[in-house]
Amino acid sequence: MKDRRIRVLVAKPGLDGHDRGAKVVAQALRDAGMEVIYTGLHQTIDQIISAAIQENVDVIGLSILSGAHIPLCEKLMRGIKEENLSDILVVVGGVIPKKDIGKLKDMGIKGVFPGGTPFAESIQLIRENVK
Amino acid sequence: MGVATYIKNEKGEIEEVTLQSGIEVKTIYGPEDLADFDYQRDLGDPGEYPFTRGIHPGMYRARPWTMRQYSGFGTPLETNERFKFLITHGQTGLNVAFDLPTQLGLDSDDSLAEGEVGRVGMAVDTLRDFEIAFADIPLERIGSGLTINAVASIMLAMYQATAEGYGFSLDRISATPQNDILKEMVGRGNWIFPVEPSIRLIGDTIEYSAKVMPRTNPVSVCGYHIRESGCTPAQEIAYAFEIAMTYIDHVLQRGLDIDEFASRISFNLDIFGNIFEQVAKFRAARRLWAKLLKEKYEAKDPRSMWLRGLFGGGGGGLTKQQPLNNIVRSAYYALISALSGTQTMALCSYDEAYTIPTPQAAVISLRTMEILLEEMGLRDTVDPLGGSYYVESLTKQMEEKITEEMRRVEEIGGMAHAVETGYIQREVARQAYLYEKALQEGRVHKVGVNIYREEEEEEEVTLHEYNPTAAEAQIKSIKEVRRTRDNRKVAQTLKDLEGAARRKENVMPFLLESVKAYATVGEMTRVFKEVYGEFKEPSIF
Repeated sequence: MKDRRIRVLVAKPGLDGHDRGAKVVAQALRDAGMEVIYTGLHQTIDQIISAAIQENVDVIGLSILSGAHIPLCEKLMRGIKEENLSDILVVVGGVIPKKDIGKLKDMGIKGVFPGGTPFAESIQLIRENVK
Repeated sequence: MGVATYIKNEKGEIEEVTLQSGIEVKTIYGPEDLADFDYQRDLGDPGEYPFTRGIHPGMYRARPWTMRQYSGFGTPLETNERFKFLITHGQTGLNVAFDLPTQLGLDSDDSLAEGEVGRVGMAVDTLRDFEIAFADIPLERIGSGLTINAVASIMLAMYQATAEGYGFSLDRISATPQNDILKEMVGRGNWIFPVEPSIRLIGDTIEYSAKVMPRTNPVSVCGYHIRESGCTPAQEIAYAFEIAMTYIDHVLQRGLDIDEFASRISFNLDIFGNIFEQVAKFRAARRLWAKLLKEKYEAKDPRSMWLRGLFGGGGGGLTKQQPLNNIVRSAYYALISALSGTQTMALCSYDEAYTIPTPQAAVISLRTMEILLEEMGLRDTVDPLGGSYYVESLTKQMEEKITEEMRRVEEIGGMAHAVETGYIQREVARQAYLYEKALQEGRVHKVGVNIYREEEEEEEVTLHEYNPTAAEAQIKSIKEVRRTRDNRKVAQTLKDLEGAARRKENVMPFLLESVKAYATVGEMTRVFKEVYGEFKEPSIF
């Protein structure tokens, strides 16, 4: 684990405007001692990647409730590879059916947190996986 | 137990209860709690100022509440079929859902709309879509709630053009666009333009409706989404009132008299929470709204003082775990709504915690409200909880809490400023976090979530599948309209619209012309973006 505080970008891709969950998790991570930046709503994947570069984050946390988590995550992981950002830990939360968790992990997403995941679980996974 | 903070003694008995709104509940209430209670001053008969007991004398004896389920699917044609299905099943009003591209002013063939066309509601690009969606619907008898905000002015123009086209009289149709942009900025996220011009657009619709479509309710102020985003019940009402007052103040500046438009402003409020706190909330809200309109705004017409509402939803109380339990929860929430004197009721369907409702789930919601209406005696007498030591005492305390929260907003410069700077958003997010922590630590009980769990359960339930064919059909349709319309006329009407927006004239007559020329939602929105710019979200939490 790093000496400096873990920096997390909480991001809302797509048109969906429900960010209660994103803001709740952002507060939990901040209370756990991480530095958290929130992108705000209606972000494209390209905007999220450039924010991640600009803010020099260790973690990108996507919050997706629209059901479009598979295509959005695919696009993000492709972008991360192209930009040589593979050190960044990617996690995703929101309305994620169990049957999709495997697919997301196969893409290289380390943590999948469906709604109601205990804060402690997300925090631990991030701490253990940040390089 | 309930949505509150509990302190128990070593025997497990409840010692202290503090409601979400910050009110401490006593074990017993009695006459001493109503020592300074005055029936005429504090309650009045139903239909009489301050309307605590209800806005009509006979309430549900005279007329049952309206039942509206949120619906709207994929293409306008599918939506039209669903409307007819619901009307056949006894639904007395429509509540239209729009897809996200429409809500954000994007055409279906915009690259940003990809994968979202028709997903969470009906896709609307041009008047053609409204004509299809509302074909054969008796618009003089069936009112329509339109869940649209940032582009509500455009949709209202479409509704008018559709009704005119089908030969309905404009003074008999009744549209209720949500049209509450400040709450979008706080809680639902479908905003486009900055605060100031967004409020002006709402002012345009209020002013225009009052003159052209008098039965239209141009604004439905939504405490609902703010509550669903996390705030307390007292904050829900306080923020809704501060938002409503922002719109009212704006329209008054245009020289309209309060009684010309106040009676058409309605409210959409949440039924999620403890039964008695909720009932007290609605009764307190009705009393406080009447007082505000009478004392602050000097309204003369009693109808201007009415808090008319859709008390419904309850989505925040539903769970993904053991979803059938949500049917039971919704039935209790419906009871809250009926005990609170709502005008319109709508329930979240049991599957809404994880998907767009299936047709079967939507019918169960409708039946839940019908069972309450037909089998449970809720029409027998008005405000059955009136006079209860507890409920009256709580109603008084809720009014004080709401007033306190309103003062806080006013002290920092009013709602528009509080939203622009993110003050409200941060407070709402903080409350959401506190609630989630209480759930995770088991301080607030939730059946199937932190008590009575079934570890082995799987979530295999029917989900609403996205239909890419419907999206393709929609894109084909918009291209067809663009090809067959008079494009010179479209360009001219859009130019006129831009001129009106720049001159800060009421844009509604200009929108109507653009709509009738089959301009697209995206084209009209681009005109506004050019003139107004876009909202810069304060991304703080």
